[in-house]
Amino acid sequence: MSAATLAGLTGAALVGFGLYGLLTDPHPLRKILAFNILGSGVFLLFGIIARKGAAAGFTADPVPQAMVITGIVVAFSATALAVALLLRLFQETGRATLDPDASAKTPDAGADG
Amino acid sequence: MLAMALALATTGGGYLLVLAVIVPVIGMLLSLVVGGRHAERIALALMPAGLGLSLAIAIEVWVTGQPLVYILGGWKPPLGIALRADGFSAVMLVTAALVIAAAGYFARASFSTPPELAEKRAPLAFWTLLQGLWAALTVVFLGGDLFNLFVALELLTFSAVPLVCLDGRPETLAAALRYLLFALFGSVLYLLGTALLYGSYGTLDIALLAYRISAEPVVAPAVCVAAGLMTAGLLAKAALFPLHLWLPPAHANAPAAASAVLSALVVKASFFLIVRLWFDVMPGLATQAVTTVLATLGAAAILFGSVLALRQARLKLLVAYSTVAQIGYLFLMFPLVTGGHPWSAEAWNGGVMQTLSHAFAKAAMFLAAGLVAEQLGHDRIAELRGIGRAMPMTVFAFGLGGLSLMGLPPSGGFAAKWLLLQASVESGQWAWAVIMLAGGLLAGGYVYRVIAPTLASASVAVKAPASRRREGVALALALGAVLLGFAPEGFFDLLQIGRPVAAVALR
Repeated sequence: MSAATLAGLTGAALVGFGLYGLLTDPHPLRKILAFNILGSGVFLLFGIIARKGAAAGFTADPVPQAMVITGIVVAFSATALAVALLLRLFQETGRATLDPDASAKTPDAGADG
Repeated sequence: MLAMALALATTGGGYLLVLAVIVPVIGMLLSLVVGGRHAERIALALMPAGLGLSLAIAIEVWVTGQPLVYILGGWKPPLGIALRADGFSAVMLVTAALVIAAAGYFARASFSTPPELAEKRAPLAFWTLLQGLWAALTVVFLGGDLFNLFVALELLTFSAVPLVCLDGRPETLAAALRYLLFALFGSVLYLLGTALLYGSYGTLDIALLAYRISAEPVVAPAVCVAAGLMTAGLLAKAALFPLHLWLPPAHANAPAAASAVLSALVVKASFFLIVRLWFDVMPGLATQAVTTVLATLGAAAILFGSVLALRQARLKLLVAYSTVAQIGYLFLMFPLVTGGHPWSAEAWNGGVMQTLSHAFAKAAMFLAAGLVAEQLGHDRIAELRGIGRAMPMTVFAFGLGGLSLMGLPPSGGFAAKWLLLQASVESGQWAWAVIMLAGGLLAGGYVYRVIAPTLASASVAVKAPASRRREGVALALALGAVLLGFAPEGFFDLLQIGRPVAAVALR
């Protein structure tokens, strides 16, 4: 198995794990983490595409690398915004879930989780 | 090949596209740096400039009959990035500039900082985010590169989400977080699709990609997967049924001016990209079967959203569920446009007309609902009796917007639904016509539910007489939706400029 194939399979597995977590996990914080795992899988895929050098026949195409850097910045900002919203939600309501019917957790239990 | 060469060179008037992007970006950055009470002045001063630029772009496209192109820095695709404006982009730019200017003018009452008051964070955030949203929308409508469009979509999300929770109430925070999670799901799928497309064709430029994809005898599997991923991602952001769950709480809880912009423009940006993707990038893939799936989801959205709108107890939630339904209409255009048939142009005009008229009508209705909620201190529909006497202009604006949603003449909504109806009858796809008529009846039902009690002769306690100016803004937007019904033939010629028919007709 070549390194590129291994990287490709790893990327696909990360995308799969992330997607599963994002869709099934009810906790916002875990959804945010799943989004980051999914994002890592996508960035890995960009890396392989750079290696493939489809654009110009280079040994390594720099364009996907530029895209990955932009993508990481965007994912970082998105994560920061999501965590900030979640923290504020926890401060206001004492719970860190999106389900309005869920009973409010005690601040201690929430801080551990 | 001639069209290809045209799409890769800067045209006369191309610099207008750059200015249209730069103006709101400069406003956003300046507001952030100068801050405080100046943000409002900067935003309101730049809005007429942006509107003027959008109009100049629309006129230039109309007069030349060709899309405008600007190649950034002279670097041609595949390496460089192009900005392009066709007829659809031009009318969306003008609509966005008008709705944002109206929302900004309306929002002065809630988010202005007079000299005698101390500066606060909420107004600064509002004006900065509003300009960020405007900048992102402009790039979405003009961007010619799929990765550039990804960045624009993210900027749009990051501006729209905080607008939802500006007042910091817990329910708005939860709504904003849910909105953000749906949007992130959408954007990461979109990004995965762009990775696959770049890997297969070595470019993300829309014109170049379309040319390379159509040059192949069969559609590559990577293109199918990419199309599926990107469409699913964009559908989550456009809130098409069954991915609409985030929309009603987010749009109903935001401040009125923000709700208007979110419902009128932000969901349309993702719809705009789906249109770009299916009709510009990969027209060969837009078969009857695939587009029927999109339209079926749209039909489900119309019925489901309208029925839920009928059952809402709160006015702003009713308007938000009506957005879920009206987004459904947009997707009915797909099976009717596809394939270069005689009725395709009609269906395209109908789809674009629906996008524009819903933008004006829904912005008017959200502003009107916001005024009612402010005057009464609540927006429970059951307790709206007699409000029509206290604030007739607001109720009239809401009614005019509703007229367009129902598709009654004379209104833009009527023109849109009439064109789509004609196309569905001509193409023999009767099912869409039945859904459209049923949706119109249901819309009539939920608009009547609001209007009927307001006209009752009961006395109602309002806090203070509503500001005439703000009522006027809502009414002007509603009149915009009505005026679209009187659009001359030349307007439809503008919508057709740059519509990708050639690629479809070849197949």
